[in-house]
Amino acid sequence: MAYSEKVMDHFANPRNVGEIENADGIGEVGNSKCGDIMKMYIKVENDIITDVKFKTFGCGAAIATSSMATEMIKGKSINDALKLTNKAVMEALDGLPPVKVHCSVLAEQAIKAAISDYYQKQGIDPEPFVGKVPHCDECGCH
Amino acid sequence: MRNIYADNSATTAIAPSVLEKMMPYLTEVYGNPSSLYRIGSKAKEAVEKSRANIAKNLGAASASEIFFTSGGSESDNWALKGVCHALKAKGKTHIITSKFEHHAILHTCQALEKDGFRVTYLDVYENGIVKPEDVENAICDDTAIVSIMYANNEIGTIQPISEIGAICKKHGVLFHTDAVQAAGFVRINVVEQNIDLLSMTAHKIHGPKGCGLLYVRRGVKIDNLIEGGAQERGRRAGTENVAGIVGLDAALQLAVDTMDERNAKLTKMRDRLIDGLLKIERSRLNGDRIHRLPGNVNMCFEGIEGESLLLKLDLNGISASSGSACTSGSLDPSHVLLAIGLPHEIAHGSMRLSFSDENTEEDIDYILEKVPQIVDYLRAMSPLWEKIKKAENN
Repeated sequence: MAYSEKVMDHFANPRNVGEIENADGIGEVGNSKCGDIMKMYIKVENDIITDVKFKTFGCGAAIATSSMATEMIKGKSINDALKLTNKAVMEALDGLPPVKVHCSVLAEQAIKAAISDYYQKQGIDPEPFVGKVPHCDECGCH
Repeated sequence: MRNIYADNSATTAIAPSVLEKMMPYLTEVYGNPSSLYRIGSKAKEAVEKSRANIAKNLGAASASEIFFTSGGSESDNWALKGVCHALKAKGKTHIITSKFEHHAILHTCQALEKDGFRVTYLDVYENGIVKPEDVENAICDDTAIVSIMYANNEIGTIQPISEIGAICKKHGVLFHTDAVQAAGFVRINVVEQNIDLLSMTAHKIHGPKGCGLLYVRRGVKIDNLIEGGAQERGRRAGTENVAGIVGLDAALQLAVDTMDERNAKLTKMRDRLIDGLLKIERSRLNGDRIHRLPGNVNMCFEGIEGESLLLKLDLNGISASSGSACTSGSLDPSHVLLAIGLPHEIAHGSMRLSFSDENTEEDIDYILEKVPQIVDYLRAMSPLWEKIKKAENN
């Protein structure tokens, strides 16, 4: 198994690591048993994601996909962020080894979970916009 | 940046003196050992000289009990499948092994289970050591073979091989040990220790890859592995890997000659490293500290994941390995760490460093400087660590 240069770059120099105080939305997916947890924080102004930060417990691909996903939604509208697919994250990283594809799925879900939380905080039912964010206990790892 | 190779349990560099002994058989002495002319008989002579010297170094009664193979996995497969299929007709269909054997043993056992054999997987407890009394209690009338590794490949724990050998002898059951990690670090005497079959390989002890052996005590019934020519007394046919065999012998001889001094040096380095790393908050040593290979350090750091730790170590010039799920190619962390009772979330954060004679105290200094920094860095970005700390404060 070998990572692309882009994956290694995002692993070695992850972008947007950290937390946002008083974040407008926080999403957490994954679980410690499976070995991956991603937590995403977003700041939203006028439907635009003005800031995004992440914290990740996981492998190199988990950290790199988190980093890339945050870069891809920063400055985007919520609608555009919701359109981000795991495939797009993978492509932006010049691919992932097959056993690591689930990391990109997790990154997509983390964004959706953060936006879901944002909607809920606004008193809006997120489901019509975000759909159901699967809980990681349903990921079928164990 | 320093470059530190700390994955000697995975493989080692060929020692220059070993390579030197191999070179003639990679160049001018290229004859087939089965041929009669001089260049062939010279190769044959080298193979048989190596066989005799290896037999002596393992305490075997006769050189004819040493069978050369391609390495540890082949030897393990052959030992179990060969013996079990040979003994099946006698109604011996039970195998005893441990939960934390190498996959070359565990997957062979699973294959044999599909063939109708019954396997008992013994517990290895928190310290990673099989209890001889558990072996004795598991022996049944139909037990064909007991297979317990000499030392574990991940956590380096050394098993009570002599005690288990004595029990097997008492009950008339065959005893195989996978000594791939232990050979060259412990004094092996197959006769005194009642070992009937033993696997080892060259590349873990500064020999070449692709050459190993299976010791089979005279009189042990075992099916042939490869049918063909008369090589390896017809049991494992195929033109011999002459240079590899010479390298295996040279590597084992070197390891035996340097054992005491090297073990003393490595043990000192290992213990200093363990003490230093245990100062890291929420870290633990995996496996017994005393009954342990001199070059093995296996630790867990809570709140971080092993693969990212390895990648960070690599970026700092340190080659290590991990038992995390991500490095095992499956969703589960190492079966060894689970067998000693670690929960999944802790097993994910493991790191194995394994040293050889080529490592130095300066390497240990460097590792002791880098690992705590990397652990801190990864913990700072870990939501799991955040949870652990929060739970601590409540």
